[in-house]
Amino acid sequence: MAGLELLSDQGYRLDGRKATELRKVQARMGVFAQADGSAYLEQGNTRALAVVYGPHEMRGSRSRTLHDRAAINCQYSMATFSTAERKRRPHGDRKSTEMSLHLKQTFEAAIMTQLYPRSQIDIYVKILQSDGGNYSVCVNAATLAVIDAGIPMRDYVCACSVGFVDETPLADLCYAEESVSSLSVALLPRGGQIALLQMDARLHQDHLEALMEAAMTACKGVSKVLDEVVRQHLQEAAVLNVCP
Amino acid sequence: MKDTPLSNCERDFILKAIEEKKRLDGRQTYDFRRIKITFGTDYGCCFVDLGKTRVMAQVSCELVAPKESRPNEGIMFFNIELSPMASPAFEQGRQSELSVKLNRQLERCLRNSKCIDTESLCVVAGEKVWQIRVDVSMLNNDGNLMDAASVAAITALCHFRRPDVGIQGDEVTVYSPEERDPIPLSIYHMPISISFSFFQQGTFLLVDPCEREERVMDGLLMIAMNKHREICSIQSSGGIMLLKEQVMRCSKIAAVKVSEITELISKALLNDRTARKAGGRCGFAESMPQERITALKTDETLMETSDVTERANDIVEKAGAPPQTVPSPLVPAPGVGQVSQGQQNTWGLQEEDEDDDDDDDEQNGKETKMETEPQEEEKGAGDVVEISDSEEEEVVILTSETSGQAKNADSSSHQKRAAASKRRPKK
Repeated sequence: MAGLELLSDQGYRLDGRKATELRKVQARMGVFAQADGSAYLEQGNTRALAVVYGPHEMRGSRSRTLHDRAAINCQYSMATFSTAERKRRPHGDRKSTEMSLHLKQTFEAAIMTQLYPRSQIDIYVKILQSDGGNYSVCVNAATLAVIDAGIPMRDYVCACSVGFVDETPLADLCYAEESVSSLSVALLPRGGQIALLQMDARLHQDHLEALMEAAMTACKGVSKVLDEVVRQHLQEAAVLNVCP
Repeated sequence: MKDTPLSNCERDFILKAIEEKKRLDGRQTYDFRRIKITFGTDYGCCFVDLGKTRVMAQVSCELVAPKESRPNEGIMFFNIELSPMASPAFEQGRQSELSVKLNRQLERCLRNSKCIDTESLCVVAGEKVWQIRVDVSMLNNDGNLMDAASVAAITALCHFRRPDVGIQGDEVTVYSPEERDPIPLSIYHMPISISFSFFQQGTFLLVDPCEREERVMDGLLMIAMNKHREICSIQSSGGIMLLKEQVMRCSKIAAVKVSEITELISKALLNDRTARKAGGRCGFAESMPQERITALKTDETLMETSDVTERANDIVEKAGAPPQTVPSPLVPAPGVGQVSQGQQNTWGLQEEDEDDDDDDDEQNGKETKMETEPQEEEKGAGDVVEISDSEEEEVVILTSETSGQAKNADSSSHQKRAAASKRRPKK
């Protein structure tokens, strides 16, 4: 992009971060009473709300029932006020359908679906404010919501996007950086397994390894934060249960 | 209509074959199927055959108002249509998951990688730009639609010529091809998508999966690259866990495949150009193989048939005995030919047969019972069974023995009989 210096000579980015620095992640679990699990997550200026229902009996068309595992149903949406330009966002446009598909795929890999045959797990994610890394924030929020719902997972799924500017990998991109190049990775940090990998950029093959390495490190950073949030939440819940 | 599901037997068979590094169509793990690129009569029409998968891409253009955010850039539009013609699983109208996946991948592969100079498509900034529309239709689905579609789309874009325009004052004139030669698009690089399918939780990897393999695979990784080894997009799909090393390996394989395919495309484009220049015939009709009958009668060929019996006998007598090195099989009860008991096959048969038998062995160990039945029938009938196998040229004669006699017979006659009975159901 012309005229925009994404990485200064001193090694600082537009918002003053270092190349490998993540944005501030803040999260809360159990924000809704009605849902089985819910979470709210902020990553810099991107905010997302995730709600999980299930596992429950199949609803809607029964033909989607899987006899050996649970079916996962994901829905991604963006609030009309989430971007700078107010926009009516119709359901089922290509981009949001694709995002729902990717979320579904990520959680199919992470949730131990074989424990709930013939049932369904619904994951609804809404972006309240969008400032880059929508997919990653959605995955992180949904992970917390799934944990809140008490659904067993193989590991935390942590997602992060990375970009490549001036031969340097940048972690956790904001909107301005995202338009240049972006690689999103959803990682199960303990085994270093990649549940989803997506890249939208022209990048020489030789740089791929460095970029993936950076992405995986960033994901592990996110996982630490998420772990802390979960522990914090459990402690609070335990205290509330002991002295009602 | 939903696709007929794959039976468990088929599924196991394909997976087993992949484990043994074999593929249904005899390819190696990293082999692509044969790619054939043909062009239509018009510019910007391209057919791609990838094995039995067949897709068509058509590029068209029109003058439209540009997007507000990009007033001096042309617009690229991609659409993949999964017509029900290609496979019974495709439904008309509804946007399926597959169609969203393919469309987005094609968009990412060709639009986001900025392989086409969109600024050169601007006619009057902020008012008129060319919209280039690429429609890819699936004609036959035999797996790996994405790769075929990406090859077809980029080839069609390279082949396409847009009409020349002239601007006088405020007036924009579009010249017909007769007035001025149409202009090709300016293409910076050619991204081509390569699909890798993973089996058994990522243990096995195949390039260019066919339809059967796609049905049993765990997940797919699509890497779009150009010949300069620049990755234009990566997309994993299906619930698999990848490791970094696997991705790196795939990207290396993709680089090799892409350079091969790019060469093929440029060769095809060159051929087409020379054919067009020479005024030769080109187009869809030409691309079809000619299989027509041009005469209604054939010449009779005389054949000497009087001494056929003698010659056949001669051959039989001269033919050597079956190899003696064959280890004798275990015969639990007389008159019972055993073929599949889950062990390694020890019959001295041709290699081809052996492969089949191996699979039988592993698939269902209970098959012995079924295999012995035809033999019992033979005994009852007491016929002389002649099996003239063109490959082996041996005749096995079964006399109507009772089971008591069979006891005396040596093991080699058991072998023969069992072999005969086994081979029979195959005919």
